[in-house]
Amino acid sequence: MTKNTAKKKAVSRKDLTYRQWIWKEMKRNWVAYLMILPYVLIFTIFTVAPVLLSIVISFTDFNMLQMPNIVWLNNYINLFFADDIFLIALKNTFVFAVVVGPVSYLMSFLVAWFINELSPRIRAIVTLIFYAPSISGQVYLIWGTLFSADSYGWVNATLLELGFIDTPIAFFQDADWVMPLCIVVALWTSLGTSFLAFIAGLQGIDRSLYEAGAVDGVKNRWQELWYITLPSMRPQLMFGAIMAITGSFGFGGVVTALCGFPSVEYAAHTIVHHLEDYGGSRYEIGYSSAIAVVLFVIMISANMIVKKALSKVGN
Amino acid sequence: MARLRTRKHKVVLSRSAGGDIGITLVLTLLGLFMVLPMVYVLMQAFKPLDELWMYPPRFYVMKPTVTNFKDLFTLMNTSWVPFSRYIFNTIFTSVMGTFGHLFIASMCAYALAKIKFPGRGWIFKTIQTSLMFHSTVTAITSFILMSAFHMIDTYWAIIIPAWGYTLGLYLMKQFMDTNVTDAVLESARLDGASELRTYWVIAMPMVKPAWMTLIIYSFQTLWNAGSSIYIYSEQLKSFNYAIGQITAGGIKRAGASAAATVLMMLVPIMVFVISQSNIIETMGSSGMKD
Repeated sequence: MTKNTAKKKAVSRKDLTYRQWIWKEMKRNWVAYLMILPYVLIFTIFTVAPVLLSIVISFTDFNMLQMPNIVWLNNYINLFFADDIFLIALKNTFVFAVVVGPVSYLMSFLVAWFINELSPRIRAIVTLIFYAPSISGQVYLIWGTLFSADSYGWVNATLLELGFIDTPIAFFQDADWVMPLCIVVALWTSLGTSFLAFIAGLQGIDRSLYEAGAVDGVKNRWQELWYITLPSMRPQLMFGAIMAITGSFGFGGVVTALCGFPSVEYAAHTIVHHLEDYGGSRYEIGYSSAIAVVLFVIMISANMIVKKALSKVGN
Repeated sequence: MARLRTRKHKVVLSRSAGGDIGITLVLTLLGLFMVLPMVYVLMQAFKPLDELWMYPPRFYVMKPTVTNFKDLFTLMNTSWVPFSRYIFNTIFTSVMGTFGHLFIASMCAYALAKIKFPGRGWIFKTIQTSLMFHSTVTAITSFILMSAFHMIDTYWAIIIPAWGYTLGLYLMKQFMDTNVTDAVLESARLDGASELRTYWVIAMPMVKPAWMTLIIYSFQTLWNAGSSIYIYSEQLKSFNYAIGQITAGGIKRAGASAAATVLMMLVPIMVFVISQSNIIETMGSSGMKD
């Protein structure tokens, strides 16, 4: 019976044009479209439509009050040639992303790899220690207390006592300190989803591969890492990279919470801050949409480039 | 037996003592970097007033007390919107957002993973691409869309976007790809079960770790949500926002704010401790193939 229908279908597919066949398949699977409808609808309204709308609005001077005029590329020209603060934000965003992205990625991988051979119970505890800062809400505010500007701050007091400094440093109000400290705090909260993905990826590698590798002359753990471990978990490495890159470019809330807005001399001003400033406070929606589009393009291209590079690991 | 011994022998061979020491050292240093600020929050929360303002400051608490927690509850009682309202707001939006997401996203994930319909490839590609940008990009235009739908300043502004979280759908779909076998579904279909029934009765029980993960991710995001640009009314704001207001009260409230931070972080940490093995299991199939 089933054999018969399968045969019939195969024959009938040959008789149909591609378009007719697609239409037939669509009708046959109508339930599937029904099942994806609610999610796809919400996804379209709250993710796809806002991106497309940003692109459209970025060519106008929309400000929520007056009828928008089309200004073509003016917003973009202003951004790159007239807005000095945007250029600072662009530079800071890249510094953040170039430091925080790869370092947090490496840290996530190394820690996951180091703890891979521990016993399950100890591994669970270590995982919790490293993962906890990223899920604990505003716990990063404690860095503000540790690095408090007066001598009651633990770091200042310790440095004073050891004789490294004579007067307390106002860490989060000092243009020289803001950026490095925010990077440290960002790293501290960055062992998140990619970290868990790496732990799982390492656990999932077939043990027999290592035995085969040992027979084939793999001598130490570094060779094992390069020839067996990394190629076996390439999908997780890819997923983790995307999580790390997206996180490092979207970084902003921590800076505002610790340094205030704007940060001193715009020392830690990122594109996200610039976007919130123009969109959220000044209602210059057209201009802020242009900022959003620039950020969008940067994030997507960074992800694409890294994806390309990672697909070569172990090849 | 002999085989076993050679295997053990080889493992010893490939692990040099120098490497072990180095790794332990790096791991310990990184571990201290991660754990010390967390310990410091705990210490601060249990320090009495004179220790909080002692000079020179000490890392460790000497005479632990719960005064800070009592102060926190007193402060909560003085706010003009009762604190129970903020707590209700957070719990209500977290529960509604999470369950809606679980149902809608897993149904979509099932169809994308297990039904071969035209278009599923590029639909999933599009959803996967949205993992590559941060939601701040879409915040302002979402605001415009939401005001068009009259969703601004209602619970829906928090709840409905949560139904469309991408990461949850992505992890669920990947998990179904590897853990729901087609043979089982095929026999259910042959028995005459509808796709909806197959999804709910056959597939869903097979992916429990993935729904735990989905619930936890969505819950964590909603629980940690602070002030939102979509909400103006004080009565609709989140617990986390209210806690932030107490913390913002300046240095006078250093103790109470540490206590608040400890209470806020306890919930996601407990949830993670309970569900860790499920999450790791789900992450096992999180990989991206192309």
